[in-house]
Amino acid sequence: MQLWLIPILPLAGFVINGLVGRRFSRGLVSAIAIGSVVLSFAWVLKAIFGLGDLNSRYVEHYYTWIASGSVNIGVDFAVDRLTVVMLLVVTGIGLLIHIYSIGYMAHEGGYYRFFAYMNLFMFFMLVLVLASNFLLLFVGWEGVGLCSYLLIGFYFDKQFATNAGNKAFIVNRIGDFGFSLAMFLIFKNFGSLDFTKVFQHAPGASEAMLTTIGLLLLVGACGKSAQLPLYVWLPDAMAGPTPVSALIHAATMVTAGVYMVARSWPIFIHAPSAMNVVATVGIATAFFAATIGLVQNDIKKVFAYSTVSQLGYMFVGVGCGAFSAGIWHLMTHAFFKALLFLGAGSVIHALSGEQDLRNMGGLRKKIRWTFLTMMCAAVAIAGVPPFSGFYSKDAILLAAHEHAPWMYWVGVVTAGMTAFYVFRAMFLAFFGEYRGKEHPHESPPVMLAPLAILAVLSLVGGFLFNIPAFLSGVFPAREAVEDSSLMLISVGAGAIGILLAWFVYVAKPAMADSLASGFGWIYKTLYNKYFVDEIYDAAVVDPLVSGSRTVLWKGVDAGLIDGSVNGVGARAQDVGSLLRLLQSGNVRSYATWVLFGSVVAIVAMALAGIGSTGGLR
Amino acid sequence: MDQHLLSIVLLTPLAGLLVLLFIPSKSKDLIRIWANLAAFAGFLVSLPLVSRFQVGLRGFQFEERANWIPSLGAHYHIGMDGISLLLVMLTTVMGFIAILCSWSAVQDRTKEYYAMFLLLQTGMIGVFVSLDFFLFYIFWELVLVPMYFIIGVWGGPRKLYAAIKFFLYTLAGSVLMLLGILTLYFQHFHQFGTYTFEISELMKTTMPLGLQQWVFWAFFLGFAIKVPMFPFHTWLPDAHVEAPTAGSVILAAVLLKMGTYGFLRFSLPLLPKASMDQTIVQILAVLSIIGIIYGALVCMMQKDWKKLIAYSSVSHLGFCTLGIFSMNPNGIAGSVLQQINHGISTGMLFMVIGVVYERRHTREISEYGGLAHVMPKFAVIFAIAMLSSAGLPLLNGFVGEFTILLGAFEANRIWAAFAVTGVILGAAYLLWLYQRTMLGQVTNGKNLLIPDMSFREVAMFVPLIAWAIWIGVYPKPYFDILRQPVAEIVERVRPGYYSGGVQNAAIPRPVARAGVAR
Repeated sequence: MQLWLIPILPLAGFVINGLVGRRFSRGLVSAIAIGSVVLSFAWVLKAIFGLGDLNSRYVEHYYTWIASGSVNIGVDFAVDRLTVVMLLVVTGIGLLIHIYSIGYMAHEGGYYRFFAYMNLFMFFMLVLVLASNFLLLFVGWEGVGLCSYLLIGFYFDKQFATNAGNKAFIVNRIGDFGFSLAMFLIFKNFGSLDFTKVFQHAPGASEAMLTTIGLLLLVGACGKSAQLPLYVWLPDAMAGPTPVSALIHAATMVTAGVYMVARSWPIFIHAPSAMNVVATVGIATAFFAATIGLVQNDIKKVFAYSTVSQLGYMFVGVGCGAFSAGIWHLMTHAFFKALLFLGAGSVIHALSGEQDLRNMGGLRKKIRWTFLTMMCAAVAIAGVPPFSGFYSKDAILLAAHEHAPWMYWVGVVTAGMTAFYVFRAMFLAFFGEYRGKEHPHESPPVMLAPLAILAVLSLVGGFLFNIPAFLSGVFPAREAVEDSSLMLISVGAGAIGILLAWFVYVAKPAMADSLASGFGWIYKTLYNKYFVDEIYDAAVVDPLVSGSRTVLWKGVDAGLIDGSVNGVGARAQDVGSLLRLLQSGNVRSYATWVLFGSVVAIVAMALAGIGSTGGLR
Repeated sequence: MDQHLLSIVLLTPLAGLLVLLFIPSKSKDLIRIWANLAAFAGFLVSLPLVSRFQVGLRGFQFEERANWIPSLGAHYHIGMDGISLLLVMLTTVMGFIAILCSWSAVQDRTKEYYAMFLLLQTGMIGVFVSLDFFLFYIFWELVLVPMYFIIGVWGGPRKLYAAIKFFLYTLAGSVLMLLGILTLYFQHFHQFGTYTFEISELMKTTMPLGLQQWVFWAFFLGFAIKVPMFPFHTWLPDAHVEAPTAGSVILAAVLLKMGTYGFLRFSLPLLPKASMDQTIVQILAVLSIIGIIYGALVCMMQKDWKKLIAYSSVSHLGFCTLGIFSMNPNGIAGSVLQQINHGISTGMLFMVIGVVYERRHTREISEYGGLAHVMPKFAVIFAIAMLSSAGLPLLNGFVGEFTILLGAFEANRIWAAFAVTGVILGAAYLLWLYQRTMLGQVTNGKNLLIPDMSFREVAMFVPLIAWAIWIGVYPKPYFDILRQPVAEIVERVRPGYYSGGVQNAAIPRPVARAGVAR
């Protein structure tokens, strides 16, 4: 089926635009970039229809990549129904966001660079989802991390952007620490990194081993999917252009951790305590990030923390064994969160770069289409039935209730907060009086069309694509629990959130400030994101930096080692200056030394003779 | 022709040097052209080695043997296995590129400069192909002299300090190594009654563990200083900072590999018992890991661009030695591959510094910033070099690091866990360097008008980038070349490793030696 074409096409786009795009017109650059993604998307469709019902995995082997000792790792791609979902999300949403970018990036410098990076991202992301072994998945995993770094730092003039890029890459590498060790452990236990082999033999391994592997994989997933305690890079990553936030930091890359856990379900299913940790990390992150999202004023920051929070839900899903619910939410989230970000981009575009909610307001009349489409996303994420987010979130919460009721209740509270912060952002931006100075202007059709498509998907994506049914053959079967009271409670929580936001930000706008000052220290803690960045700096970064500088470099390297080396040199000089006294130029004293030396030599030889006959052996 | 192929490869730079001596010092362009041609010829004649090398044969190929000093038992005996092949190819490629990148950088005493490089080239190839300890030692010491002059004559402000430090450090190591060699030599005489420096003969010597350990430590000092392993590394930053660009390129890319090669060719096969001694292995692995982490941490704090890359070598070579002392096929094969990778990546990083140094004559990181605005081509090339050094998948460094870590994990999980932190730190110091030099606004007015890379400068990097991508995407040929020699080392050090229950271990087929070119 030539699956390799799917990632290679965007790679070709990257190579062409990267090498010669500088000399191309903008039209040509975007034609190449978008054309390559269109072709890739088309090939995905062709492959899916060509492969039939895909009840079993379809694998293609291309060549042996690493073969050393007992290691044999191939470049193999595989497709099953889980891959199909991921492929469609990545190429479909990716295509829409590429098209949107034509409009969004129209006035920016480095146009060809932007599209080259985006294509490179598509390549690595597609490798990630098509990979048929852990190492190849890791190639995509690291590659998308690189593209994320490059695109976060796209405005490389700005210190905060490049700082954010570095932070993203390094925090991800900390996660990769876990992933790497997991791979070594998998290899040591199963003698292979190939999914088929590993998953076949997983049931036979000891639970302790599988738990360790699962926890190490989770460390990797926490890095990539921005979970506690490694989530800190994602909010900063919003320094990149908004289409990047939508594609990489909402819809696709950050969900790679969820995908990886779901893909490794045969390992996790036999390690219940690891799964419990996955779910706990997920619910904690969901709650924690949502509280921060309540008070942020930067529209992209609100959605960034919302992404962290929603990713937490996905982890709850896969951690509770409801893998398909996690993937379902991954997909619906891709729709509505991409839409929220693209809509935010449209707002920012309309206001010539303004991102602060306090300087918006009343925009619903000025940028009508953006408002309407974003509203579709808002109702979807708030869990209003029958829109997409409702289905997937409900499935996750049901599974959580079955796993541990307290998780359900935390999830419900989080759902309420989710509805509140999203509608808070919507009300602040689109209702009330306009508080800014710029003259808002609606975005061009090339930006609005993707918004419209995503709006439709956000509304109907939930019942149109019944992922649990589609994936029923992939994951272990679960008994379907239908509990309408649980569903009503979570819907109710969402409704309360929306109403509360309406009350505070539309009906009585003065209340927000009085609330903020009334709960002063809570507000401050939340607004400053629990001071986590500051704590990490003080606890990890600063000691590392100053320790390296003063102790290791100045102390050990220059002081101890070089000091003793130079000391040896200096002593040698002292000895030399003593020996110099021997060199007096006096022939008679030389003769004495020669005699003395000869005696010593003879004695030494005699002793050595004894030694060699008797001793050394 | 065929039976002397290796000698031709070895002596081509020397022949180039002889002709060079007859070119008048004044005709600088002629000297330059000739030296580049000679180095290029050195690369071309090494290509048949690759095509004629037979993968999977036991022992050495392209062997040549002649008596040299019969009374001492010294021979002119050269030959190569897969490990030597890769290192010789690295030498001929990097040697040519180093000479090419000196084109405009070196203006005074050009004749002597190129003469030193050609001499160095022969010395380095000699180290990697010698099968006689006497011959090896000659080449080992021969390398020292031209490098001393390259640093001491064409170096920076503190060149004399750096050159003498380099010389004394390495000399101290090699003298101890010589003691080790002589012990082996006399032990062999005691047992067999003949004097020989032939390595295959010396391998037959049996020594008690205690003595093996003494010899091992003597060798260790010689090789560890060269690598350099912590805590013998402090000559390296000084030497690198003061050396001219091409000197740094060769020093990092090839010279350091002489140490790791020494471990693989001599320490392990000649002293198998000592090499498997748990205490020794523990000490060496721990020193390697300290090197990885310590090198990276100290690296991060450097204010001098070149010193930073120099310390990164300490970190990267830590991976190479860790792979060796994992004493299993993955560790050792990964180590050799990583030695090649380090040559390519760090070679490029030093060339990157050379490019900006020629323009601004400073290596202070704070003098730069925002260079991506004025030098877009340079920004791309530096980025690729950085990523290849940071071990990004699909570039060379990843494959080597992964294989080493897999081997280290097999040996001891804790080692691997610590070593992986070096991968995190590696990304940190490189990205931070890139940010401080290339990104942001141009804050220093002097950087506003510097020209981007010329065609010649870009051309120097293209083959190395291509090589980095090749190893990253399709490293199988390298592993194929390494499988047999690595298996021989492992068999020698851990007899029965392959037959004993190591899962899925591919058992290398011993191939009859009949077809070897002699």
